[in-house]
Amino acid sequence: MRQVFRKPERWRLLARQFFNETEKLVINSIPLIALISVFIGAVLVIQTANNMTSPLLPKMYIGYMARESLILEFCSTMVCLILAGKIGSNISSELGTMRITEQIDAMEMMGVNSANFLVMPKMMATTLFNPLLTLMSFIMGLLGGYLLIELTGMIKVSDYLTGLRFAFNGYYITYSLVKTAVFSFIISSVSAYYGYWAEGGSLGVGRSATKAIVVASALILIFNLILTRIML
Amino acid sequence: MITVSHLSKYFDGRPAVKDISVKYLPGQCSMIIGASGSGKTVLLKSIVGLLTPEEGEVMFGDTVFNRLPDEEKKKTRSRMGMLFQGSALFDFATAKENVMFPLEFFSNMSRREKSDRADFCLRRVGLEDIGNKYPSELSGGMQKRVGIARAIALNPQYLFCDEPNSGLDPQTSVMIDRLIQEITREYNITTVINTHDMNSVMEIGDKVVFIYKGEKCWEGSRHDILASDNRELEDFIFASGMARELKTLYGSGNPSRG
Ligand SMILES: Nc1ncnc2c1ncn2[C@@H]1O[C@H](COP(=O)(O)OP(=O)(O)OP(=O)(O)O)[C@@H](O)[C@H]1O
Ligand SMILES: [Mg+2]
Repeated sequence: MRQVFRKPERWRLLARQFFNETEKLVINSIPLIALISVFIGAVLVIQTANNMTSPLLPKMYIGYMARESLILEFCSTMVCLILAGKIGSNISSELGTMRITEQIDAMEMMGVNSANFLVMPKMMATTLFNPLLTLMSFIMGLLGGYLLIELTGMIKVSDYLTGLRFAFNGYYITYSLVKTAVFSFIISSVSAYYGYWAEGGSLGVGRSATKAIVVASALILIFNLILTRIML
Repeated sequence: MITVSHLSKYFDGRPAVKDISVKYLPGQCSMIIGASGSGKTVLLKSIVGLLTPEEGEVMFGDTVFNRLPDEEKKKTRSRMGMLFQGSALFDFATAKENVMFPLEFFSNMSRREKSDRADFCLRRVGLEDIGNKYPSELSGGMQKRVGIARAIALNPQYLFCDEPNSGLDPQTSVMIDRLIQEITREYNITTVINTHDMNSVMEIGDKVVFIYKGEKCWEGSRHDILASDNRELEDFIFASGMARELKTLYGSGNPSRG
């Protein structure tokens, strides 16, 4: 671990790696996260509407409830669990393959700090930019709910929009972004660790990817509890 | 010069390499031969410090390399080049970027000079046109040659090759062997080569060390090797028909064994 944060040898190369990783890990996750968020947003609206049969509750609560579910749990914890699968397996299998094909040894042989060069850009890219995915997921989720209402006419669109603005707590956004940053750090460091130390051929690479995802997911759930205790 | 003395490396309490002492001289191609699993790769990796030997010493010149702190090791390593058993080219970089990689880290050249140096090294291994291809787009032999180009990019004093011609056709093998030999002589490099290919040994082996089950079993030059009466060594070389014929030609020992 200490190796990862040593002073990098060459900034220019590292910057290039950083941009590549940002593209590969963050930007390429946009379509998947957007798609899932739109559908979950729509489903949340249907479920909330189904559970609110009392005529005393104003319909705008549907928008309010959907917003709260999205921002509090879905856009951070659920999205990060999905990313643990997508990014985590990518990172650990990439590093694992580099390990078993001796690319990491080759780098060490040149005297390059391989942990620093390979792992730090991944950790920085995901920790810095995944929170933007969370924001996007939030917007896409709300949009999904909106589209559903627009298409089915389940409730009045204006009710939904009022609900979205009702009792808005900006701190929840901070809470959600902090969670995503922490979870992304967990995903990238755990999967990098298992990939970097993979051994035992292609089977070993598969094993390390599986282990990385399981451990990262478990840690995300535990830290979700801890951060929620601390922040809310 | 590299001096290895009483080097041992254990895995789970079992020795993979045991009590090996040997000297490697500049300008020579020294070969480590032995059957698959005899410990060649472990020995080579212990010499360069990718594995940490439990016992013994490895000296580069007059410094005891395996006891140096990591930072110092790194400095010595920038004077070593290594060709790995599977080439180990970086998948994320083109052939030319692979060759430039060590230059980016350890030279103060301008971009132009680095690019020229990379072109020169690729030309040296006979691959001027493939600089922009990725390793996955190259054949095994080409990858090996790019690996050599990368290993010599920084003008190393020491060159290590782990099975430079395994999995190649005889012609390409010979070409790579000659290439390594030429480079070694031209730049007076201390070259250590792992192989189980007797053709390479007879072609370029200035000095040969035979490893049997992790222990040094025989040492000599390629000229002595056919005349040797070491039992394990004979079993190893005369597994191949060509070598048996050679032995008959040289007319020493008992050619019908094997
Ligand atoms: N990381 C490791 N962990 C445990 N045992 C190992 C490890 N690396 C090598 N060994 C053992 O050390 C012995 C020597 O292996 P080594 O890779 O040096 O063989 P080799 O002579 O290079 O063979 P080949 O010609 O097939 O490459 C083998 O028995 C192997 O099982
Ligand atoms: Mg080997």
